Amino acid sequence: MKKTAFYGALTVAGFAASMASAATLDDVKERGVLNCGVTTGLVGFASPDANGVWDGFDVGVCRAVAAAVLGDSDAVEFVPTTGKTRFTALASGEIDMLARNTTWTFSRDVDLKFEFVGINYYDGQGFLVPRDLGVSSAKELDGATVCIQTGTTTELNLADYFRSNNISYEPVPIETNAEGQQQYLAGACDVYTTDASGLAATRAAFENPADHVVLPEIVSKEPLGPLVRHGDNDWADVVRWSLNALIAAEELGVTSANIEELAAAPTGNPEVNRLLGTEGELGAMLGLEADWAKNAIAAGGNYGELFEKNIGENTPIGLARGLNAQWTDGGLLYSPPFR
Amino acid sequence: MTSVTDPPQGSFRLSMLLNDTRYRSYTFQFIALVLLIAFMAYLGINLVRNLAAQGLNISFSFLGDPAGYDINQRPIEYDSQSTHLRAAVVGILNTLIVAFLACVTATIFGVTAGVLRLSSNWVVRKLMSFYVEIFRNIPVLIWIIIIFSIMTVAMPAPRAFRGDNATSSMLFESFAFTNRGVYSPAPVIDGAAGWIVVGVFIASIIGIFAYRKFATKKLYDTGQLLPTFWPSVAMFFVPTILVYFILGRPITLDYPSLQGFNFQGGLHLRGSLIALWFALAIYTGAFIAENVRAGIQAISKGQTEAAASLGLRPGRIMNLVVLPQALRVIIPPLISQYLNITKNSSLAIAVGYMDVTSTLGGITLNQTGRAIEAILLLMLFYLTISLLISGVMNVYNNSVKLQER
Repeated sequence: MKKTAFYGALTVAGFAASMASAATLDDVKERGVLNCGVTTGLVGFASPDANGVWDGFDVGVCRAVAAAVLGDSDAVEFVPTTGKTRFTALASGEIDMLARNTTWTFSRDVDLKFEFVGINYYDGQGFLVPRDLGVSSAKELDGATVCIQTGTTTELNLADYFRSNNISYEPVPIETNAEGQQQYLAGACDVYTTDASGLAATRAAFENPADHVVLPEIVSKEPLGPLVRHGDNDWADVVRWSLNALIAAEELGVTSANIEELAAAPTGNPEVNRLLGTEGELGAMLGLEADWAKNAIAAGGNYGELFEKNIGENTPIGLARGLNAQWTDGGLLYSPPFR
Repeated sequence: MTSVTDPPQGSFRLSMLLNDTRYRSYTFQFIALVLLIAFMAYLGINLVRNLAAQGLNISFSFLGDPAGYDINQRPIEYDSQSTHLRAAVVGILNTLIVAFLACVTATIFGVTAGVLRLSSNWVVRKLMSFYVEIFRNIPVLIWIIIIFSIMTVAMPAPRAFRGDNATSSMLFESFAFTNRGVYSPAPVIDGAAGWIVVGVFIASIIGIFAYRKFATKKLYDTGQLLPTFWPSVAMFFVPTILVYFILGRPITLDYPSLQGFNFQGGLHLRGSLIALWFALAIYTGAFIAENVRAGIQAISKGQTEAAASLGLRPGRIMNLVVLPQALRVIIPPLISQYLNITKNSSLAIAVGYMDVTSTLGGITLNQTGRAIEAILLLMLFYLTISLLISGVMNVYNNSVKLQER
């Protein structure tokens, strides 16, 4: 019996692995739905609204890809994943792509056999503390109890930061952002740490956001971006250029407001024409319709529109563009040319 | 299987494999075995092929790499530069700690509730059936989360203990109940003298058992009944206390005190440990209570009546007549309850208790991506520990079971 249980587990591993097939693009087209892995709920990035419709910055990327491939931004099945289940879900083929503010690291790219297709948010790890704790710098956190999501890069950064500053802490591992929020608000931990964008989103959901401060230290580089399985380059290209289309659209001034007009007939700007499919064969090269990028941009607007609508300064989350501005505005966003 | 290839001499024909009842069962068992092996081989090949297709391999070398993460409850020396293997060992020790605590507590709860369920007092009886039915019929994961949430929300945070007009204060100036767990004084053993006191204490416990054995033997040999209770109590306290004061109090208590963000010093029982320990103990205790009740009721009433007619008091009837016989019925299901506790302790993940499922099967798996290797090691660990527990308990079972001739 014990042997059977042992092999039973191997079975699961074996079957799970056999499901990951090579031609994801064909699978998605045949299925008519894109399976997109997102968080279990982080306001601004990915969370279901009152009607159960998923909305957010990462969700916008999923919808853009679905629109590019299937022509329908609603043809997405959102699969909530935790920090721990996300990679298994992607590797096993349960989801076609993962847009879950996941940090691009060497080992994930190389060792875990994933393909990061780009960066949709340049982030860094920060610390959230109650204002009445009277702490103004992370270096004053010696002996503090820190809530941290397990299975994330933040866990390793935290250990590194406290060790290099020679101060101690007590980690309280938690599974989801909601659990972390509950523990933090109850005072079971003094500090909550995750990516600064996530902290801003979490704080926005508090009853009194002003009672909590994000400390100035950013202790790591966290380039967040969508990823796909290693070894399916056609599919990686589709997701990569869907993301690039959103970024290029902002740079070229293509918005959800003027896109119908610009796509109706060739304009004076050849790059806009190539992007929107009124000139050249870029869509066919990807194995998609000529208007793929137009659909992707029309789904939720260009990168800037998605940013402003979900996490920008006029939302409760209130993030400034900062590093995430276009390169022409002094930021790091830089899409390769559509040529 | 040998009887298939080694038929009895003379009249064996091939058709007898199907027609003769002496051989038929072997034939079918053989076919089933071949099918099972083929199925396993298919799974194995499937696994290897798919791993190769994804460019993955099976390797345990990640166990030697630095883990890079911290663990809050460390029974042995560990920091973020230690290896994944050491993180796994820390997890294993944490699993064993909570499993041991929960087994002991569940046994106490279970035996008490089981005996009281048969009480002649209506209120006590009904209270105990209430306990059994409530705790047995709600999943243990729910209990873990309920207890953990109650602790987090209802208990004060450490900062409530701070300042002149603190809203909370420590019990007897030494115990602090916070939503991060319970802080209590911890004994500090001071050099060799301290260890001598510990040694004397252990020796006096061995002495108590030896004395009781001697008293029993004396009773059987000569019929003389020696007192056991008060001598045991004396042996438990007197030598240790004497040595403690003679050697100049080499064991001191380290009291927890509020420093910085947290209480420092003393013994810290984390909320996650308490929630897991207590939930496993009350949940499994309800099952053990039923085992105990069944065991007691399996002893015929005639035994109780016979003992009563010899003039034994009710307490003695229970201890000398009923329970020793009931143990035969109680022990086998008790083994599986102990195994259940050990395996259920992997639910630690729900409250962030760093057991082996959380370290090796959680963070290590996640950071290295070595899922198959980590899960194989986990299965190996739980299998080993379960076999060990049932092995030890079977030895005990053999010692209490009815000696048949």
